[in-house]
Amino acid sequence: MEAESEKAWHHDAEPALKLKGISKSFGPVKANVDIDLSVAKGAIHGIVGENGAGKSTLMSILYGFYKADKGEIFIDGKQIEIPDSNTAIAAGIGMVFQHFKLVENFTVLENIILGVESGGLLAPSLDQARKTLAELADEYELQVDPEAKIEDLSVGAQQRLEILKALYRKANILILDEPTGVLTPTEADHLFRILRNLKEQGKSIILITHKLREIMDATDTVSVMRRGEMTDTVATKDTSPEGLAELMVGRKVLLKVDKAPANPGKNILSVRNLNVTDGQGVARLKGIDLDIRAGEILGIAGVADNGQSELLQVLGGMRTAEGTIALNGKEIDLSLGDQGRSRRQIGISHVPEDRHRMGMIMSFSAWENSVFGYHNEPEYSRPLGLANQIAIQNTSRNEFERYDIRPRNIDLTATFFSGGNQQKVVIAREVERNPDLLLIGQPTRGVDIGAIEFIHKQIVKLRDQGKAILLVSVELEEILSLSDRVAVMFEGTISGERVTSETDVNDLGLLMAGMGEATT
Amino acid sequence: MKFTFGAILGVCSALVVNQASAESAIIYDLGGKFDKSFNESAHNGALRYGEASGNSFSEFELQSEAQREQALRRFAQRGHNPIITAGFSFQSVLEVVADDFPDTNFVAIDTVVDRPNVRSVVFREHEGSYLVGILAAMASESGTIGFVGGMDIPFIRRFSCGYVLGARSVNPDVDVIQNMTGTTAAAWNDPVRGGELTKTQISEGADVVYHAAGGTGRGVLQAADDAGILGIGVDSNQNYLHPGSVLTSMVKLVDEAVFAAMSDGDAGGEFSTGIVSLGVDNGGVSYSLDEHNADLISDEMKAAVSAAEAAIVSGDLEVHDFMTTTSCPAS
Amino acid sequence: MNSNIPKWVDIGLIPGLNLLIAFALAGIGVLVVGESPYRALTILLQGALGSSYGIGYTLFYATSFVFTGLAVAVAAHAGHFNIGGEGQAGVGGIGVALICLSFLGDSHWLLVFPIAVLAAVAFGVAWAFVPAYLQARRGSHIVITTIMFNFIAAALLVYLLVNVLKVEGTLAPESRRFGEGARIPQMNEVGSWFGLQLASTPWNISFFVAVAACVFTWLLIWKSKLGYEMRAFGASAEAAVYAGISPFKITMVAMTISGAMAGMMALNTVMGESQRLILDAVQGAGFVGIAVALMGRSHPVGIFLAAVLFGILFQGGAELAFEMPAINRDLIVMIQGLVILFTGALENMIRWPISSFFDFRATAKEAAQ
Repeated sequence: MEAESEKAWHHDAEPALKLKGISKSFGPVKANVDIDLSVAKGAIHGIVGENGAGKSTLMSILYGFYKADKGEIFIDGKQIEIPDSNTAIAAGIGMVFQHFKLVENFTVLENIILGVESGGLLAPSLDQARKTLAELADEYELQVDPEAKIEDLSVGAQQRLEILKALYRKANILILDEPTGVLTPTEADHLFRILRNLKEQGKSIILITHKLREIMDATDTVSVMRRGEMTDTVATKDTSPEGLAELMVGRKVLLKVDKAPANPGKNILSVRNLNVTDGQGVARLKGIDLDIRAGEILGIAGVADNGQSELLQVLGGMRTAEGTIALNGKEIDLSLGDQGRSRRQIGISHVPEDRHRMGMIMSFSAWENSVFGYHNEPEYSRPLGLANQIAIQNTSRNEFERYDIRPRNIDLTATFFSGGNQQKVVIAREVERNPDLLLIGQPTRGVDIGAIEFIHKQIVKLRDQGKAILLVSVELEEILSLSDRVAVMFEGTISGERVTSETDVNDLGLLMAGMGEATT
Repeated sequence: MKFTFGAILGVCSALVVNQASAESAIIYDLGGKFDKSFNESAHNGALRYGEASGNSFSEFELQSEAQREQALRRFAQRGHNPIITAGFSFQSVLEVVADDFPDTNFVAIDTVVDRPNVRSVVFREHEGSYLVGILAAMASESGTIGFVGGMDIPFIRRFSCGYVLGARSVNPDVDVIQNMTGTTAAAWNDPVRGGELTKTQISEGADVVYHAAGGTGRGVLQAADDAGILGIGVDSNQNYLHPGSVLTSMVKLVDEAVFAAMSDGDAGGEFSTGIVSLGVDNGGVSYSLDEHNADLISDEMKAAVSAAEAAIVSGDLEVHDFMTTTSCPAS
Repeated sequence: MNSNIPKWVDIGLIPGLNLLIAFALAGIGVLVVGESPYRALTILLQGALGSSYGIGYTLFYATSFVFTGLAVAVAAHAGHFNIGGEGQAGVGGIGVALICLSFLGDSHWLLVFPIAVLAAVAFGVAWAFVPAYLQARRGSHIVITTIMFNFIAAALLVYLLVNVLKVEGTLAPESRRFGEGARIPQMNEVGSWFGLQLASTPWNISFFVAVAACVFTWLLIWKSKLGYEMRAFGASAEAAVYAGISPFKITMVAMTISGAMAGMMALNTVMGESQRLILDAVQGAGFVGIAVALMGRSHPVGIFLAAVLFGILFQGGAELAFEMPAINRDLIVMIQGLVILFTGALENMIRWPISSFFDFRATAKEAAQ
């Protein structure tokens, strides 16, 4: 299989990178099992796989963070050992992490030379970097103002800087870990143009992503990982998103959400002139107006950190605000206290954006998490302030059964569950309360494809029962496939509202960048 | 300056002759036996007894309040005799334990325990403080003198009150700045804070500072030396610590009291109980004069102190004891 | 990744090994001063556990440490580090003393004791309340404010003992002895009711209150809704807000209970032992409580065991000082310090190799299958 595929698309004699039989275990967990991988010079190679499939471990081994238990690494046909990241950099490997490793209050140039300064004085290194930077910028469309401070750069520019850092260190193999998660569609397009330029200059690129669309658009070859194993490597043109999804999950997956047209009823939620100012005095929400009707999903699109989180938190009672919010025509008290509790009592359920920091207590057992926020309900109480743990465990056991949460053990600590199963615990908890309004943030972040399908079905089912749903997601595809209407947020305002069937990625992308309404 | 214990026996209210032959024991208070102050003085007395007599003795350093009674009972059960307690905090506990062990002799230093088998050794610190107060006021050029105490408790007020009275007796207009170090046990061993308080007093004009603060006093004397003013030591003779800048020390002969108690408890000695009150008249408290401070004490000052000593001994002058009224006529 | 460590290793073997290392190092110290470490250890254990006298003292100390350990643990579950046990217990002592010195002191202990418990609780709570409020409403860090309140408590005690409660004509700043009615039975008396012969020690019936406090804490933390909210808030304040748990309420309640635990510690020393109010009634138990809670993993059972261990160290250490004059109290403090260091602070040092061993074993087992 290996030899055959090499013949098929590797024109060059020696691949830029070749891994042979890489294995790595953490205790009983086998993160990587006998991995073979070959990336040709001047190719973009995608790696897809669900969370915990072993992609990150493999890349960490390549970058010298972990040492493989066994296996060999070849760069340009030469076998090398990579005990630390300095060796990886010297071998021409560059890494762009999901979370950027930049010093916020340094300038672009200072960040570029950080760690590779030559001599005792800074000035010569800076001059050198300025020159190199100008050359690289021309060559690859990688323009970044060398004197700008990091904190003043857009996310896209920060990412370009990370790529520049790698190139400045003479990287020939560039690894990008989920690079588009924080980008607008326009910025993502820009990134892929850069990657194609790099490829034409003979650089090799490894693109790790869970977005199958990007794999199809950008890569030449793609490898699929599942449960620590490399299950297949195929030429991109010979496969399809459905085919990749099947390889990732091990069964057929429905990627398109199957839903009937919405049948909206009376107005459930109405938000008028909502304003939020944070602790630093920065306005986070500016005059937001929203309506959601029964039996309708309103999607909130937007690049992360444009006010979506604050909107969810205000509605969920975690944050105070000015303005009015009415549920079923009744105005809600926006002062702070234990409002999370009273929100639940009036019929608002909330699946928070960050289940690790908010939605669950990671050190609690699954059954304790199954009533988190609802623990004061009479059915879970016993006299003297004691908790009715039997009733709680029954509820939990029930939900585990109905939502197919695995492993089927409610006594396990939350950390032992995969992202998808954790999210199912949260969604089961919130959906089973039969709310009038469901707030749901990033429902499939860090969730494997198999669980995504299930979660999407649950959301649509709830809509069809006549509930109002507010969906916040940075995944445009998710918004487009689930929502009946889309509102786009930009810098704390709603920059535009669309009926889903009358819009597309490009239209929304412009709104996300804050220029939609002006151009249409 | 040495006093003879024989002379004091006469003042004892009760006399119990007890031919004890057991090993004596001593319990030091929480500061520990190397506190450069009261406990160490007691320890030195015990050591001196050991060398002089060739007999051994047992000792115990308290680590917590709960051990006060525990240690007393332990020593009593093991047949130690006499058992010496160093520190006024033993009073309440000793009252109970002394009743439970009527055949054991106890010595309470710095407090009075009214039991037939207890010898209570108390010092009239107010008298000694009165003497150093006279010296302080006469040595001061600024007319302002200072006092640094350990904790604001009556026992320390007794020192400060005598000091102020003595100073006012030679200079009615003298200003006395008083500070206490703290409110926890750490106050007795906080030289840094002692130094800070002294510097503050100096900045307010004080040029002689007397301390009654145990280990904290080392910082007081150091700061006085650093600033070129005079300090006054306490408990034992501390003149040698900073020769030339310690005006004098208010000496309490705790070591003598321990030595005497252990010797009296010996096979050959005669152990007496009752109150032993040590003051200027019998040399139990005094001011120190040696080669380190000879140049600091003028003849005029010596004469003034001698006159006060004579008046105290004769009874013409009774230095007010803070403890009798829990108030001080001078402030 | 400690999933592979069996529970018995976690709560038994690791603390045991830590203790062993601490004692081995302390043994070197004993060797240096020219004594036999084996004999020293024998004296220590014999002195602490070898007689009803030793056991009495050991459990007397342990009683104090249980209270202060629980105080630290309860606050810790809610994410707060209550370092003010010393002050709260000191002020609790004032409450106990005021009751015992009042006309009640001449009645019967069956009447005085419950009232004294309430007073200890009320005063301890009062002292924890202000730092808690400042944290919950003003964001002043509770570590700082509770430390400051320790100092204020010390100053208050000095003031009261010097100016209000002091006995005329004595030098020591302490109150008068309580009346006979305010004397709670010591365990040797309790034992004699049942025909048990025990040596006379300060170990007293507040030990039962300490055991009850352990049970209460267990119910509170693991069985009640309030404990659930406290643990949730302690694990993630943001998640707690999400779930509608009021940070203000939890902080106040947790510190109230914590202060009550610390305050009750005074029952043991003030009413059970010294029978009067003295300056240092707390005897450092407030700070030992931090080590006890750390070592006991903030679990009541662990805290009880750790408190007994510290009781052994205190009582055994005193015996050591009696029997081996060469071992002075500084060396004993060193031994106690080593135990705290290894069982508390350096706990992970030994945990790491052990967990690697079990990880390795699990891997090997799987490979063999």
